[in-house]
Amino acid sequence: MSHVIEISNLNKTYDNDFKALKDINLSIKSGEIFALLGPNGAGKTTLISTVCGIVNPSSGTIRVNGHNVISDFRKAREIIGLVPQELTTDAFETVWNTVSFSRSLFGKPKNPKYIEEVLKNLSLWDKKDNKLMTLSGGMKRRVMIAKALSHEPMVLFLDEPTAGVDVELRKSMWEMVHKLRESGVTIILTTHYIEEAEEMSDRVGVITNGEIILTEETSTLMKKLGKKELKIDLRSTLEKIPEELLKYNLSLTNENQSLIYFYDTQEENNGVADLINDLNSSGLKCRDLNTRQSSLEEIFVELVNQ
Amino acid sequence: MINFRAILAIYNFEMARTFRTLGQSIASPVISTALYFVVFGSAIGSRIEDIDGISYGSFIVPGLIMLTVLTQSISNASFGIYFPRFTGTIYEILSAPISFVEILLGYVGAASTKALMVGIIILITSALFVDIQILHPFWMILFLFLTSFTFSLFGFIIGIWADGFEKLQLIPLLIVTPLAFLGGSFYSIKMLPPLWQKISFFNPVVYLISGFRWSFYGKADINVGISLMAISLILFLCITAVAVIFKTGYKLKA
Repeated sequence: MSHVIEISNLNKTYDNDFKALKDINLSIKSGEIFALLGPNGAGKTTLISTVCGIVNPSSGTIRVNGHNVISDFRKAREIIGLVPQELTTDAFETVWNTVSFSRSLFGKPKNPKYIEEVLKNLSLWDKKDNKLMTLSGGMKRRVMIAKALSHEPMVLFLDEPTAGVDVELRKSMWEMVHKLRESGVTIILTTHYIEEAEEMSDRVGVITNGEIILTEETSTLMKKLGKKELKIDLRSTLEKIPEELLKYNLSLTNENQSLIYFYDTQEENNGVADLINDLNSSGLKCRDLNTRQSSLEEIFVELVNQ
Repeated sequence: MINFRAILAIYNFEMARTFRTLGQSIASPVISTALYFVVFGSAIGSRIEDIDGISYGSFIVPGLIMLTVLTQSISNASFGIYFPRFTGTIYEILSAPISFVEILLGYVGAASTKALMVGIIILITSALFVDIQILHPFWMILFLFLTSFTFSLFGFIIGIWADGFEKLQLIPLLIVTPLAFLGGSFYSIKMLPPLWQKISFFNPVVYLISGFRWSFYGKADINVGISLMAISLILFLCITAVAVIFKTGYKLKA
């Protein structure tokens, strides 16, 4: 799979000497969904803005489909679509006009059929003559996506696409993102909803303090850093954890009726079998057993705190 | 390759706003100018002697047109670029495959078209009140075009510099309007005492109005060649400032 975006040694220092990006090296494969995770102020939006031409890099190079975003900015930008975080719209314009305007900005000839298709896919067709100020927040978000798709981009940046969007709309946006990927669009998204990255992305990049501290396939990351939680429901209440079980670092929950054990899925001897044996030896009776994989959110918090 | 479609998109977008707000964009400057004619042309003007053999009502026409074109150019262009900065929609322009020069052509082109439209409407309106002669139509059009383009550029610079609606109004209200009023719209510089005549020569608007009035009646306070040089100098200064803005990304790109 070729790389559609290649970022090398990218640095951005603002006028107030704040280093927003520090030596970023990142490659995005063509056709993948890449999720960029990071706390507020980590540099996610600066990174996206630099690729899209809104922020000037201090040093380093960015290539989009082989085109340098500075020296060959026209070629680079014409294949990028951007949905910014803020709901910035021309309140007095109609949906149709604002989407058509975006297409023209990218130098594309008029194509009412394509615009119609985009609006229909985003359930905006019946709102096409409405002024943007009359739309709900969720609808405005869809309009922003329609504007970004209006020039048929190869790469789509979604900066917090589902922020402030209700659950139903969020799910429909997830579907839309998957459909876009099926049509060959590469998607780079930032999100605060970790389950969104977990659900949608092929790869995850974690950025904090302007540095990318990790890029990994989402599934590999889950396997590599994911811990499992074993919950043992007991038939009786425990006053305290028996001496012979202290070595397992168990915690007592559920009104002292459950024991929680964390183990590493990658380790050969993860201690589960030994724990069950020791549990029997100590005379404790199990009512039920449950295991749960740690979420990307827990992994993310662990990484950022390292 | 030039992105003509983008230039046209910005131009049409800006022009569409004019037609959406006809009252504010066209009717308002026309009404206020008509009021000037009623007050200065008919009511007071009838008691004022001819200036350089031109009736006072006719004498003020070029000044009034220039005054309106100048202020309209500044306000149209400054608002045009400031508004997307204020709402945040500028991101779309900055991330599109469009150069700064193309952005400029879209915004300044529209602002100057609107100002020219208003100028021509005022010219037609004034013909209803007073006798008008245009002895040098080519020069009249040239002065009108140069003024609208130059001051649209100036407005564009203000729109980029401003970081609030107050600042947007600051230079037009505190500097441009007084200069325009003291630039000989309603009088000939020759009518002023010698000291004030000398001071007036530091007012760039004097040169614009004088040259423009010459294109109507063949009479000017200042040699028309000097007027042309003055406006060319202002144009050059504005282009230089815009070039610096684009090179540095001042207030447009972080």
